[in-house]
Amino acid sequence: MRVELSVKQVQGDFVKKVEEISGQNLLSCYQCGKCSAGCPMAFAMDILPNQIIRLAQLGLEEEIAKSNTIWICASCYTCAVRCPRGVDLARVMEALRLLTLRKNINYVQPIEIPPETLEGMPQVALVSSFRKLTS
Amino acid sequence: MNLWYYPGCTLKTRAKNAEDSAIVSMAALGIDMVELPRWNCCGTVHSLAGDDLIHHIAPVRDLIRVKEQGGSKVATICSFCYNTLRRADILMRGDAEKRGTINSFMDEEPDYNGEVDVVHLLQVLRDDIGWKAISEKVKLPLEGLKVASYYGCTLLRPAEVAIDNVEKPTVMQDLLRALGATVIEFPFATECCGSYQIVGNVGFALEAAKNILTSALRRGAEAVVLTCPMCDYNLGLAHRELKRQRGDLPDIPTLYFSQLLAIALGLDTEVCHFNLNYIDPQPLLQSKGLIVEGVKVGE
Amino acid sequence: MIRRQDGTRRIGVFVCHCGLNIAASVDVEKVVEEISHYPGVVATEHYMYMCSDPGQDLVRKTIQEKKLDAIVMSNCSPYLHERTYRTLAASEGLNPYFCEVANIREACSWPHLKDREGATKKAIAIIKATVEKVRINMELFPPVIPLTRRALIVGAGIAGMTSALEIADAGYEVVLVDRAPYIGGHVSQLSGTFPTLDRVGCVTAPLLARVVTHPKIKLYTYSEIEDIEGYIGSFDIRIRKKASFVDETRCNSCGRCLEVCPVSVPSEFDRGLSQRGAIYRSFPEAVPSRLLIDATSCVHLATGNSCRACEEVCPAQAIEFTQEDVIAEERIGAIIVATGYDLFPRERIGEYEIDPDVIDGIQFERLLSPTGPTKGEIRRPSDGKVPQQVVFIQCVGSRDPEHGVIYCSRVCCMYTAKQAVLYKRAVPEGQAYVFYMDIRSDSKEFEEFVCSAVEEERIMYLRGRVSKVFRDGDKIKVWGADTLTGKMVEISADLVVLALGMTPSPGIVDLAHKLNVIFDLFGFITEAHPKLRPVETLTAGVYLAGACQWPKDIPDTISSASGAASKILSLFSREELLRDPLISFVDEEICRGCGQCVSVCVYKAITLDPKKKVATVNEAVCEGCGACAATCPSGAIRHKNSTRSQFFEMIDIAAAEYV
Ligand SMILES: Cc1cc2nc3c(=O)[nH]c(=O)nc-3n(C[C@H](O)[C@H](O)[C@H](O)COP(=O)(O)OP(=O)(O)OC[C@H]3O[C@@H](n4cnc5c(N)ncnc54)[C@H](O)[C@@H]3O)c2cc1C
Ligand code: SF4
Ligand code: SF4
Ligand code: SF4
Repeated sequence: MRVELSVKQVQGDFVKKVEEISGQNLLSCYQCGKCSAGCPMAFAMDILPNQIIRLAQLGLEEEIAKSNTIWICASCYTCAVRCPRGVDLARVMEALRLLTLRKNINYVQPIEIPPETLEGMPQVALVSSFRKLTS
Repeated sequence: MNLWYYPGCTLKTRAKNAEDSAIVSMAALGIDMVELPRWNCCGTVHSLAGDDLIHHIAPVRDLIRVKEQGGSKVATICSFCYNTLRRADILMRGDAEKRGTINSFMDEEPDYNGEVDVVHLLQVLRDDIGWKAISEKVKLPLEGLKVASYYGCTLLRPAEVAIDNVEKPTVMQDLLRALGATVIEFPFATECCGSYQIVGNVGFALEAAKNILTSALRRGAEAVVLTCPMCDYNLGLAHRELKRQRGDLPDIPTLYFSQLLAIALGLDTEVCHFNLNYIDPQPLLQSKGLIVEGVKVGE
Repeated sequence: MIRRQDGTRRIGVFVCHCGLNIAASVDVEKVVEEISHYPGVVATEHYMYMCSDPGQDLVRKTIQEKKLDAIVMSNCSPYLHERTYRTLAASEGLNPYFCEVANIREACSWPHLKDREGATKKAIAIIKATVEKVRINMELFPPVIPLTRRALIVGAGIAGMTSALEIADAGYEVVLVDRAPYIGGHVSQLSGTFPTLDRVGCVTAPLLARVVTHPKIKLYTYSEIEDIEGYIGSFDIRIRKKASFVDETRCNSCGRCLEVCPVSVPSEFDRGLSQRGAIYRSFPEAVPSRLLIDATSCVHLATGNSCRACEEVCPAQAIEFTQEDVIAEERIGAIIVATGYDLFPRERIGEYEIDPDVIDGIQFERLLSPTGPTKGEIRRPSDGKVPQQVVFIQCVGSRDPEHGVIYCSRVCCMYTAKQAVLYKRAVPEGQAYVFYMDIRSDSKEFEEFVCSAVEEERIMYLRGRVSKVFRDGDKIKVWGADTLTGKMVEISADLVVLALGMTPSPGIVDLAHKLNVIFDLFGFITEAHPKLRPVETLTAGVYLAGACQWPKDIPDTISSASGAASKILSLFSREELLRDPLISFVDEEICRGCGQCVSVCVYKAITLDPKKKVATVNEAVCEGCGACAATCPSGAIRHKNSTRSQFFEMIDIAAAEYV
């Protein structure tokens, strides 16, 4: 199916919001793919990190929502330190997550975590997971 | 010399082995680590959203605690705490507008304007004490122990918080060399262990962590040395998983740098709380003659 | 010529519409109407495009009919057409400096596009002020300065050699200086050239031979510019000939010394892929074929230890351990900078591991070269194996403002394609991969070359940057992305070649300071105008050629080298050298000799006359920048036709429009 591109998307609220929350100019990205090439979690992502940025540039919000990528990202910053254009992709990922989380939709459900997983888990893991993946 | 010290939550519980070994070792090196009064959890991660200031309050409060004490420097051992405090400080120094908002939000607290330097203990060892001074204090050189130093993410990234070269850090290898160990370089030293994904996406996080251990093993490392309780946990789980998949795989315990420091300085290894290590390092350490069943050696 | 006896001038004002560029926001007719009543203005005209032929004819006709003494051209910036109109004025018998430009486009219509009233008012103010200026302008005549018809060329790469031969062939002497012991620059290190793949030796050998034997070329190799004094037409240069510890006149190049030297250090020419002794020849075919001793690695020179093995075996007694640097002096009239480029420092991309089998483009050229360390066989440095999988990575350091430079290095797309093809021809069963972001193949037959590399040599191009390169046992692991399929890829390569970007040659900033030429953020020498004056610098008499200006391939280098040479030939063919008279002058009555002007002048054009205790301006050097005039506390040093009184007059008139 053809994806229709229009000024409504390309200059739409979604793009503005992502840029505002992340503080990044999405169009700084020239799609070199270096972020994806080094991302330690990309093996588990259905869409590569650079493609997420591309979809965001185009304002294709739903396509991003369909993908697991932003939820797999570990905020490890490998992408950002190597990005030749200085794009802080980790912040873009965070902005995209927040657009969902702020609708009170959690990715991790604290009560569903099995007790045996919780056992022995350091606080730092729990707190950061909740900070990143719950509203 | 006194050094303000911010422990953070995990070091008080699961990672007591990191904390105690560090404090005692530092004392042996002439630095008294003084725990900051009334510290609170730093929040573990730096908020990456430009419009979210509330999550910077916690780490900034910790920095205010240091300032209140008249301190101008605070050290951490946990890499996550280091990252969060350091980035909060950078934000407060660099962004006048956000600084104003955050300060006025905490109207019961004195203002924070970037008066405190946040450092990791490895920096103190390198910059304030120096490898030479450390190696002179070594009583039990870690001879024959083949170790790979694993940095993970938060000591090095983003670039503005890096305690060393972002891509080719050497600080931990330098320390280990000063302690007499054999350093094994491996390409996964700065790869991510899967981090907090261990909670919601265990499988994926373990995949990332396993790669790190296998790489270290392939290079001939006998132990992995680290600074972060998150990495420690993830690598520990990955190790269990690897052993389940391939029973013949040799053990590759993880150790905090401070544990090896304590051993090399010839301190009472009780402070190492080896029972808290995910993979028991004692057989390895014993085989190298570095400990004898819970009793310190070297004197 | 001032026509009026009483000193008043008949002034004409010409207002250009510049299509709509000016007329859209400036009410030209209103301007003309208002100016026509201004004192001294005896003629006003407006026209659609004053710079066009009919426009210029209108100006000419008006000058004659109205017997004008001075004209004010109200149009675009003087940067564009001042010269056009001054030439026109001169051809109509006016002193060219009685023509002034009132900039009502860049300074008025463009910035005030939406304010017609304001723009019109401002245009009137600008024109009136310019009328005031031209009313009291001095009549000026260009000074004649001496001209030495000899050229200096710094850098004997393909650029410097080309310029040198063109100037020398025209009959003028050339002093050609290179800091390397050999001439030819980077091209000597290459194997073949894109897109025709001819052997570099075949391209350069005739050039090299002609340069060393040309009677008009005086060659200084292993030499650097010590300092430069003077100005266009007569520069005095001091050249430091570095000590080589081998007497060139006696050495017969037998090479016996090379066999006995106990030292072994990495060869610069082979970029570490081979070793050389402390006494060495850069490479066997080096031109000139001189030998030299590197004092830092020579056992005798560095430690005082009496090795002297070379001296013992030399049948010609050419070794001279006591040799010292020598300073030579030359007087020349014009200079070409042709210092070329260097490769981007790869350590700055830390994620690409430093490893013997991760090499740069020039190292790969050395492997391909029949006279290189492997005699043209492609063998990897670590163990000499023939690599079966080679990964080429483009844009390393280029287009990477975060870790390297933002610009595109322009030649690496093509040299990578060339290298991949040459690899494939040498190792037909092997596979070459190229990681690229865009392929820039924008010159004659370049695109065809890349297409055939893909189709015929089956080189696998992968669109994506590589994130990490590291050794894994016998292999080099390359982690990349193929952004076209959205896949992360991993290649276990035997050899990795980094297409490092181009940066200016080291030491360029120091040289630029000596020459007083401007360089950009990166250190590339800045041209006088990127479109209109690409081979000149802003300093009169100094030109540029080749990759010292910007990354260039050989064809572009040659074009600019020929361009620079022809600029010098045109300069040398003049009977006399005239300089712009719009420079500063000193009113000796007022000057107190404080010397502040001397210290602000970056061109070193002012000296203090020790006897008269006043400043004097060297007309041949002064660039008319005005720094001295702005500094002089007593107003004694002034800029011709831009004096303080002129400016105050102009400000008064312009400001009067607004009170
Ligand atoms: C790997 C690689 C492959 C290439 N392959 C091709 C190809 O196939 N085809 C092609 O068209 N182009 C190719 N190029 C580009 C080519 O090398 C350049 O176009 C060419 O070398 C530019 O010539 P130049 O004379 O301007 O500079 P250079 O070759 O750099 O020469 C400059 C000279 O100036 C001297 N010098 C520098 N500073 C000073 C100083 N301060 N004082 C005195 N002397 C100084 C240097 O010693 C040197 O001899 C390739 C480039 C690379 C990196
Ligand atoms: S590395 Fe940077 S420029 Fe390249 S695709 Fe990723 S975000 Fe875009
Ligand atoms: S921050 Fe996220 S997207 Fe970037 S490399 Fe790490 S896991 Fe991948
Ligand atoms: S020429 Fe090609 S390889 Fe070189 S910087 Fe430009 S795009 Fe990259």
